Amino acid sequence: MPASFMPSAQEMMRFLPETLLTLAGVFLMVLEAIMAPENKGRLKAFALFALAAALAAAVIAYNDPGPAFNRLLIIDGFATFFRVLVIGVAILAVLGSSQYLAREGANPGEYWALVLFSVVGQSLMVTSNELIMIFIGLEISSIASYVLAGYLRDDARNSESALKYFLLGSFATGFLLYGVAWIYGLTGTTDLSQIRADLANRDISNSMMMIGAACALMFVGFAFKVSAAPFQVWAPDVYQGAPSPVAAFLSSGPKAAAFAMFLRVFVTAFEPVADRWEPIVWASALVTMIVGNFAALRQTNVKRLMAYSSIAHAGYVMVAVATHSKLGIEAAMFYLAAYALTNLGAFAVITCLVGKGERFVEIKDLAGLGARQPLSAAMLTIFLLSLIGVPLTGGFFGKFYIFKAALDARLIWLTVLGLLNSAVAAYYYLRILVVMYMEEPGDTVENTQEMGGALKFVLVGSAVATLVIGTFPSLLLDVASRYAVLGR
Amino acid sequence: MIDTALFYVFALMTLGGGILCITRRNAVHAAIWLIASLMGVAGLFLLQRAEFLFAVQIVLYIGGIMVLFLFVIMLINLDTAAAERQYSGQWKLALGAVVLAGGEIAWVMARGLPGLGAAAAVQDGGEGGSDGNVERLADLLFSEYLLPFEIVSILLLAAIVGSVFLARRRTS
Repeated sequence: MPASFMPSAQEMMRFLPETLLTLAGVFLMVLEAIMAPENKGRLKAFALFALAAALAAAVIAYNDPGPAFNRLLIIDGFATFFRVLVIGVAILAVLGSSQYLAREGANPGEYWALVLFSVVGQSLMVTSNELIMIFIGLEISSIASYVLAGYLRDDARNSESALKYFLLGSFATGFLLYGVAWIYGLTGTTDLSQIRADLANRDISNSMMMIGAACALMFVGFAFKVSAAPFQVWAPDVYQGAPSPVAAFLSSGPKAAAFAMFLRVFVTAFEPVADRWEPIVWASALVTMIVGNFAALRQTNVKRLMAYSSIAHAGYVMVAVATHSKLGIEAAMFYLAAYALTNLGAFAVITCLVGKGERFVEIKDLAGLGARQPLSAAMLTIFLLSLIGVPLTGGFFGKFYIFKAALDARLIWLTVLGLLNSAVAAYYYLRILVVMYMEEPGDTVENTQEMGGALKFVLVGSAVATLVIGTFPSLLLDVASRYAVLGR
Repeated sequence: MIDTALFYVFALMTLGGGILCITRRNAVHAAIWLIASLMGVAGLFLLQRAEFLFAVQIVLYIGGIMVLFLFVIMLINLDTAAAERQYSGQWKLALGAVVLAGGEIAWVMARGLPGLGAAAAVQDGGEGGSDGNVERLADLLFSEYLLPFEIVSILLLAAIVGSVFLARRRTS
């Protein structure tokens, strides 16, 4: 019998960010219930404080990297990078949500708690070294996301978004779990390193059919979560129906975390069968880019357009996954960080402009924005240029590193087709620019309200960050390459 | 011999109950057939000497979840629900898919898969110790898998907060 169940202090340190966030989430709900209504603004400050503390804890935890809790978790560079990224995204998302929630008259208490729980889930997803933990982390993050997508219960669009997300998401998780069960049946373990050892040591060709089925089932689950084709159909409906700040959050944080676990599982556990899954990821990356970009061409709704754009960007990151090299992992890390910043900034503009009840969501509602709100228009321009991948923005170097990694991995056709795709993408982003600066404002002008301080901070902060990594990419790339260490 | 006979009894219960569950028009009848199907699964667990899963299956699924199901069914208006259009128009397509999947599984089993041997080996390895099934499960849950065991409570908490939030009465 084991003498003590108590984890060591060292392990508790490595697990500190999740502990802090969980305690803060529970505490927030208690405070929400007992606080006087006029003081509830402080809940947001508390949530931000908890996130900042967790961010610090995540950085400190890397001073002493290593496994925790019987190797169920592993705190390596890769985990630390994504922990910091998802917590940072949550901070910006909280800052970007408060004005919107106040405008819609929604009670924000549970919102902050759900954001914190979602971050706990994402943080577990990126630190897990074991399939059961990955599943639990994914579910925590997903369930919080389903509720956030339907947060304004009286809005039919919100309810539709939440219900679709919930039904399809649960279905996809079922596939993932079934894949986990197959892997356990085949290898007798759920530990990623042991799965890798088992797959490397056996004669793969013998049981290729069953290993292939297990990988395919898990691929379906992951591809759904990162909205890669052909499992991307949910994304436009969910992002269009969800509240704008929630759409911003969902397409940055949970997506980055999902890519992190996708990379970790496929590049560590399934590395021995890499030459078998590479063509599938290759094809999925290509189809994702094509579907995202070509569907976005025809959109008139800004949020729906951003949803298709997020699918297309998932396609670029899939190219990085297909390389399954260290360079590819670095490029994916760089890209996800740059994309999260750009995306949060662009959605900050949308959050402000849609107005009460999200009435102004068409592209034509942006007409004359350049004259009406020069700051928002200028910042949105930076974000759109970064999404296109114009030099001097973060998006340019993101694409550059990904396609460089793809060339190094001899994925020449995928690179060529990917570059053609990003040229197509320029059309629909530039169309927004044209409407913003060159068309006369319609009658929606006066309805947009002033942008609050927090939202302005998100806007300017992410624009500056996008430009800084675009001008000095080595700042972020050095971090990415130093932290692209997967503990095995 | 008796094992094989019992297996067929329980398998028939599981499949028959499942089929009747989705074909009955009356929702209460469907729920009761689902209970029969879940009992069959519990029996199959027992045949595999998974006593803990057997108990959990009875207590949680049949005792807890199914009673909740029946409550909900009895609270909603059954007469209108039975008169509603049933979404069973695609049964020919579904039958085709079932035949296809069944044929596929039969083909794989007839052909034999080397990978299946590994799965069987894992199971044999697990049968070793002299402790009972429940004791070993408890040992694992509170030592090696302590973290997931505890973390699941956050998952449940998030789900409870979410469902209460979405379902509570409108204040305005």
